[in-house]
Amino acid sequence: MKPFLQVKDLCVAFPTEDGQVKAADGISFDLNQGETLAIVGESGSGKSVTNLAIMGLHNKSKTQISGSVTLNLPNQVIDVISSTEDEVRKLRGSTMSMIFQDPMSSLHPYYSVGDQISEAWRLYNSGSKADGIKRATEMIDLVGIPDAAKRVREFPHQFSGGMRQRVMIAMALVNNPKLLIADEPTTALDVTVQSQIMQLLKDMQKEFNMAILLVTHDLGVVAQVADRVCVMYAGKIVEQAKIDEIYYRPAQPYTVGLLQSIPRVDQFHGKRLTAIQGQPPSLINLPQGCSFAERCEFKKHVTGNLCTEVAPLLEEKADSHFARCHLSAAQIQDLAKVAK
Amino acid sequence: MLKYISRRLSYTIFILILISLVVFLIFALLPADPAALTCGKTCNPQVIEANRHRLGLDVSVWQQWWRFIVGLFQGRTYGEAEALIKCPAPAFGYSFNRHECVTKIIADAFPITLSLAIGAFIMWLSIGISLGVLAARFKGKFVDRASTVFVLIGTSLPTFISGILILLFVVIKFGLVNPLDLGNWANPFTDPLGWLKTFFFPCLTLAFAYAASYTRFTRSNILETSTEDYIRTARAKGLSEKVVLRKHTLRAALAPIVTIAGLDFAGLLGGAIITEGIYNLAGLGRLSIRAVLVDYDLPIILATTLFAATFVVVMNLIVDILYAFIDPRVRVG
Repeated sequence: MKPFLQVKDLCVAFPTEDGQVKAADGISFDLNQGETLAIVGESGSGKSVTNLAIMGLHNKSKTQISGSVTLNLPNQVIDVISSTEDEVRKLRGSTMSMIFQDPMSSLHPYYSVGDQISEAWRLYNSGSKADGIKRATEMIDLVGIPDAAKRVREFPHQFSGGMRQRVMIAMALVNNPKLLIADEPTTALDVTVQSQIMQLLKDMQKEFNMAILLVTHDLGVVAQVADRVCVMYAGKIVEQAKIDEIYYRPAQPYTVGLLQSIPRVDQFHGKRLTAIQGQPPSLINLPQGCSFAERCEFKKHVTGNLCTEVAPLLEEKADSHFARCHLSAAQIQDLAKVAK
Repeated sequence: MLKYISRRLSYTIFILILISLVVFLIFALLPADPAALTCGKTCNPQVIEANRHRLGLDVSVWQQWWRFIVGLFQGRTYGEAEALIKCPAPAFGYSFNRHECVTKIIADAFPITLSLAIGAFIMWLSIGISLGVLAARFKGKFVDRASTVFVLIGTSLPTFISGILILLFVVIKFGLVNPLDLGNWANPFTDPLGWLKTFFFPCLTLAFAYAASYTRFTRSNILETSTEDYIRTARAKGLSEKVVLRKHTLRAALAPIVTIAGLDFAGLLGGAIITEGIYNLAGLGRLSIRAVLVDYDLPIILATTLFAATFVVVMNLIVDILYAFIDPRVRVG
């Protein structure tokens, strides 16, 4: 069986006065029904750009997009990139939905939450406004907002941040989508609410058997919910593997750096966190070799100028574990141990 | 909501009382002496004093103010015996210059000003908003650039020039209105065509400048709103661009226009001095400018100032109440 979502060689570039910004460069991954794929990476690594391309939300007159985003639906196969705006629009909200980073500003301030959810439902279902509100009440109840019948008539400003994100989730799921894209859904929330929201997403995934594409820079969140992880750096996927592989056997120096920068409860206190030195490169003039070479601690273990001259390819380093590095997975893991 | 409205209403009354007091004090401080103005330079002091008494100016400012307030509710009389002048409530004073009660003078001028304000208001809102929406929708295209030219001309051309240009090169050149008929009052309900003849071009003149700034305001508000996160959410829901614009962007972008439009309209109700002058309309604007520059008619100045201030204050109240209906975040308890 074909995977539900296939992204192949997706490139998104923005022409600017200074040159072309290659925000996403050759992104490929698959996602199955009921599976969660996490995309992690620092700000500007191309995570959100990739997602907006999947949703077809880029302004086409200002963006150059190539590659393919194929949705294998039961009755049709559709490529988001080559389809018309109207065809993609009909997928949004029905087949694929999205929730965003900042729930404080993602809901329209002038409409009640019930109206907003009902609007999403009535777009794909024939029903009266009252039916829509009834459906909205069910959804609000489902995402765990107490007193749904009363809350459905309230406005976004009457909800807390976590509750608003629940409303966003209710709105995204109202038409039973097959794919949910969650773009940093917990970044703007405090830690206890974060874990509640992630738990809710997990529960909803079971209930609707949907695929989740989770964008985040929080590796703690990833560990909690993801099945597989893509690590992005400077617009490229630098490592892709199952969740355990990433955490226990990272095969790329950037991933190693990310993992070492997380504070750990089981380690000696009073030690400074290890940070990755330097800044990510400008996406306009990417270096000729590996884009991470400049900041890489393990570069000295590679013979010659390989790192600065030849860009490494995404290779399968172990069983369905892909990484972009001139070193082997075993070498990196040994070096990582020493670095600790 | 009711509590909010009644609280705002009491503030409004308080502010109006304060304004009337301030206006009275300003006129008390003015070097002009209304009693001396009632007769020529050769007037003897006895006549001036007698007139001062008749005008009710021989008491303190506070007492004058109190009489004014009482007069608003009970009407006022000036002079005694055979020379008795009665102004029924609400009495704004008596103009010795025109030998008429000020209330009557204002009641005659107000329909003209109101016609001008309402006509212009409808014109500038419809032109300004639709042009602004079009310009935002087709940003950078021909419509947008054409609207920029319109905005530039409209905001930089003062009314006394645009008004005269329209009068000379449209109204008179094409013989649309006989110059002798300019400013003829016609009742809009019994003679709509005559009303239109008198008011269409003055309204257009007035609307021209306002429409330009409303176009710019609408355009920039829509463009700003369309970058909001909730507009992206609306798109992610699967709404078409049309619905996103109509239902989501416009709703948020046009809300602030209610405030500005309400206050601009209220400002116009005090009289449009220049436009009324150009088109020979006997509205409040011309009334007050004549009272200030030609006749030194203090009762009229006092009344028109208070009148204009009242509109602004009351419209402020209306706008605030309206806004609470438009924006749920403003609603209280």
